[in-house]
Amino acid sequence: MKFSENWLRTFCNPALDSAALCDALTMGGLEVEEARPAAPPFTNVVVGRIASIAPHPDAERLRVCSVDVGAAAPLQIVCGAPNAAAGMWAPCALEGAVLPGGMTITRAKMRGMESNGMLCSAKELGIDDDASGLLALDPALKPGTSLRDALALDDTVITLKITPNRADCLSVAGIARDVSALTGASFTLPSVAATPVTFDGMRSVRVEAPNGCPRFVARLIDGIDAKAPTPTWMKQRLERSGLRSISAVVDVTNYVMLELGQPLHAYDDRLLDGAVVVRFAREGETLTLLNGQVLQLEADLLLVADEKKPLGLAGIMGGEHSGIADDTTRVYLEGAFWSPAVIQGKMRRLGFNSDAGYRFERGVDFNGCQNAVERATQLIIEICGGHAGALSNVASNDHLPSRTAVHVRGARIARILGVTIPPEATAHAFTLLGLPHLRSGDNFLVTPPSRRFDLAIEEDFIEETARVYGYDNIPAVPSAHVARMLPDPEVARSRIAIKRSLVDMGWQEIVTFGFVSSLVESALDPAARPVRVQNPIAAHLDVMRTTLLPGLIETLRTNVNRKAPHAHLFELGRTFAHEGAGFAQPVRLGGLAYGPTLPEQWGLPTRDVDFFDVKGDLEALVAPAGLTTRAATHPALHPGRSARILLDGVDAGWIGELHPKLVTHFVLPKAPVVFELDVAPLEVRPMPMGQSVSRQPVVRRDLALVVDEALPVQTLLDALHAASPVHVIALELFDVYRGHGLTEGRKSLAILVLMQDTSRTLTDADIDATEAGLLAIARQHFGATLRQ
Amino acid sequence: MDNLAKIIADAKSEFAQCADPAALENAKARFLGKAGALTDLLKGLGKLSATERPAAGAAINDAKRVLEAALDLRRAELTDAKLATQLAADALDVSLPGRHRSVGALHPLSRTLERVETLFRSLGFAVADGPEIEDDFHNFTALNTPENHPARSMQDTFYVEGGMVLRTHTSPIQVRYMETHAPPIKVIAPGRVYRVDSDATHSPMFHQVEGLWIDRNVTFADLKGVITEFLRHFFERDDLKVRFRPSFFPFTEPSAEIDMAFGDGGWLEIAGSGQVHPNVLRAVNIDPEQYQGFAFGMGPDRLAMLRYGVNDIRQYYENDLRFLRQFA
Repeated sequence: MKFSENWLRTFCNPALDSAALCDALTMGGLEVEEARPAAPPFTNVVVGRIASIAPHPDAERLRVCSVDVGAAAPLQIVCGAPNAAAGMWAPCALEGAVLPGGMTITRAKMRGMESNGMLCSAKELGIDDDASGLLALDPALKPGTSLRDALALDDTVITLKITPNRADCLSVAGIARDVSALTGASFTLPSVAATPVTFDGMRSVRVEAPNGCPRFVARLIDGIDAKAPTPTWMKQRLERSGLRSISAVVDVTNYVMLELGQPLHAYDDRLLDGAVVVRFAREGETLTLLNGQVLQLEADLLLVADEKKPLGLAGIMGGEHSGIADDTTRVYLEGAFWSPAVIQGKMRRLGFNSDAGYRFERGVDFNGCQNAVERATQLIIEICGGHAGALSNVASNDHLPSRTAVHVRGARIARILGVTIPPEATAHAFTLLGLPHLRSGDNFLVTPPSRRFDLAIEEDFIEETARVYGYDNIPAVPSAHVARMLPDPEVARSRIAIKRSLVDMGWQEIVTFGFVSSLVESALDPAARPVRVQNPIAAHLDVMRTTLLPGLIETLRTNVNRKAPHAHLFELGRTFAHEGAGFAQPVRLGGLAYGPTLPEQWGLPTRDVDFFDVKGDLEALVAPAGLTTRAATHPALHPGRSARILLDGVDAGWIGELHPKLVTHFVLPKAPVVFELDVAPLEVRPMPMGQSVSRQPVVRRDLALVVDEALPVQTLLDALHAASPVHVIALELFDVYRGHGLTEGRKSLAILVLMQDTSRTLTDADIDATEAGLLAIARQHFGATLRQ
Repeated sequence: MDNLAKIIADAKSEFAQCADPAALENAKARFLGKAGALTDLLKGLGKLSATERPAAGAAINDAKRVLEAALDLRRAELTDAKLATQLAADALDVSLPGRHRSVGALHPLSRTLERVETLFRSLGFAVADGPEIEDDFHNFTALNTPENHPARSMQDTFYVEGGMVLRTHTSPIQVRYMETHAPPIKVIAPGRVYRVDSDATHSPMFHQVEGLWIDRNVTFADLKGVITEFLRHFFERDDLKVRFRPSFFPFTEPSAEIDMAFGDGGWLEIAGSGQVHPNVLRAVNIDPEQYQGFAFGMGPDRLAMLRYGVNDIRQYYENDLRFLRQFA
């Protein structure tokens, strides 16, 4: 809602300057988005009339004007504007004038001719951007009048961000009423007298859909001059509200909408056939709107029609073929109350907005129609002449919104707000806001007025009380409630703690969008069936990610393009997939490692990161849980270098090198190692239990077992673990050897075995027997031999 | 016995000239060995008279102790010198950089959310979570925003298949939490949210922290107190100003927009808030006559921008490592 401050002050004029008024509005809930002067400061510019004009003797593009500025003698002014003409009214900066930007006007000679001032364009005065020629002024203005007064330029254009509940403030009068309540300044509406009926024509009205149109007010005005110019003051107010002047009748309807909040519509009566009918559209009907859009009407669209055709979309926009033209002489003026429910959602569906629809879907004063039609009648006749016909006023009380009185308890106000507001102050607030109420001690019975659609329950009125009382006056109390200590399960591990573990190992966290490109998704997994976004903000963000990979790869690409030599990236976030009729949205942890394991440095050789570097970091991340990997394929991964990740034997994700085809597809210089894990199992850690440490000596035996290359080490280790007696306290692989001394297709695994008993020193016999037992398992099940 | 003094002087002089332990042992042999000078003198004792013998023997033994002490001293000197040489050879260029691994960092938004969580936990708020693909009921209807309500146009919504939406705010977590927990409820819920909007201050995906406190008498004044205290602690600035101004959210009544300013700087919108609307409480079977409280939705992206001087929200989601590493 954009409007002139001066206009507002005609209804309510608090003793506050512009800035203080804006602050009061904002702090009252009508947020000021912008407040800017109607024109920048300038001085000594008056209305001038070009009395005569002559060519400059020495300059082709300059002319010499004689300008009447209301003084005894006209001024001679040299001017280069192409539209300068004798008999034109234009702004004239007098000697000594200071223009926006600081230019001072002095007497000067231009190519030998004296110039005693300057005729100005709109741009030179900072009024708008038009620099094509002089700003043409209304010939009704008196030469010599200060331009700031003539155009009411000492004004501020205020733009408010009106929240959807405050449709009553989509008018200057409505805002003025709130200003009055917030500042205590008095509020007066323009008095609107009923125009005497001097024309006996009347069109009958048939409201076939009273639920959508509980009230329809209209009248004919005959004998108007549609070409009459809109007065300057009205044009200015419209322009400062962001509306262009179109024609006097249309301007009046817009003006009254801005003034009182009631949208009106004017039809050229010549184009109407028979009675005016309010009805829902029929299948197959079409309507061309004022904006040129041709609608195939649907049955839930409410129309204003005549006996033969639709005239307009009720409460939203009129039709192209029934509007006011220059030669219109009889106007059919409509001001109705359209139920918000029939308007809501329609514009969104049709893909456009209108000022009328915007107001009706939020709620317009259902008792204000007649007053607004009378106000418009008064203005049309003032400007265009004409004679008013009798009012049609068709109302269906059953369908008008109900306004039930609400109990507002003083104790409840105090309990919700946390401050006791004296009942006198509450009563005062209700009075200032124009809310009819009965008081009984601390309690009130308040009736919502017809212009308010946001007051239905006690809390709504508590907010009104608080608004007028001032949110600033409610104390900010330090919490005085009983402190309850939060439970903090020791076995829980927060997501932040999980992230910090990876960060401490040198990984960088990233945050990427939940939506990604369907092309990337299908490149990673041709079988993926990601959840589609119906209205993506960009074509490459059209599906929800099924894995964190797209964001990781995209981030890697961005950074590789910016010459990052290496990257260890991770993201913790949701992935999305279809699941039955619904969606699965598990929280996952994804990572990507690329390039050298460590920054290039003097003390260590440079080596690119591989599968086992990443696996090692994950082992540390999940400790004390055991992490194992089992070879498995994944569409995005190198088939020989990919695996499922098991946490304590339970499947929890995957790890592997990006498939060479994808490395090429994404134009990466080398393959990253990637992983993805379920976060849920990482969020729990076992409760530690302290056991006493054995004081018995520890014995180490190393086994060098030669096995087939194809045997997964984990399989062998699992079997040895399973077969170990309790005094085997550790069994670790510490070397893998292939090559000289071994048969082709065999590998040697060096495994250390630590033995310790809790209560006694192990004998050589114990130790030998244990070693022999392990060897026997390795021989029998895996064909292992001892390396010589 | 003048000879004795000379032997001592000779020995000390020879010991001092020995440059290594082997030479010193050779020198020792010349004086204290089987054929050494002192040993010769000892052998000569037998030729002396019984009266001369004790004094001469004592003098020789004294000399022997002197020589042994000199010998020990020289041995220690040689050991020290050898160690000193060794230590000098061992010396490192301690100015060389340490053997280092790359340094990781939390994303600035995680860092911010961690801070938000820590501060609210200290006030007794638990942390909750909820889905990002949300149904219409939880994102709108249960929050008192029925179909076609003009308030829906306050948030441009992304739709996915099956009539579901990408949550436009974290407020649905309020509803979900109240569906499964009875009052008193004191919880915050950080998370990602989505709106059709993109420029320097809007990203189509961004974050919110929802807050909810429901108990018998949690008031608007408590809301002001909690938020004001949080912001002062979050920004660690004494010149921080906070203001609450009336606004509208379908799910709170009264509603307030929260602005903050540093010193005399301009007001910046930081959160929406209000007392939870009775319809929202009723929708989850909480009696609004018994229980009441406040909810707020705060923008951690904005908090982080103000805290760390970031001026373009898109930097958070571009993930340029040079940008992210600044938050290590």
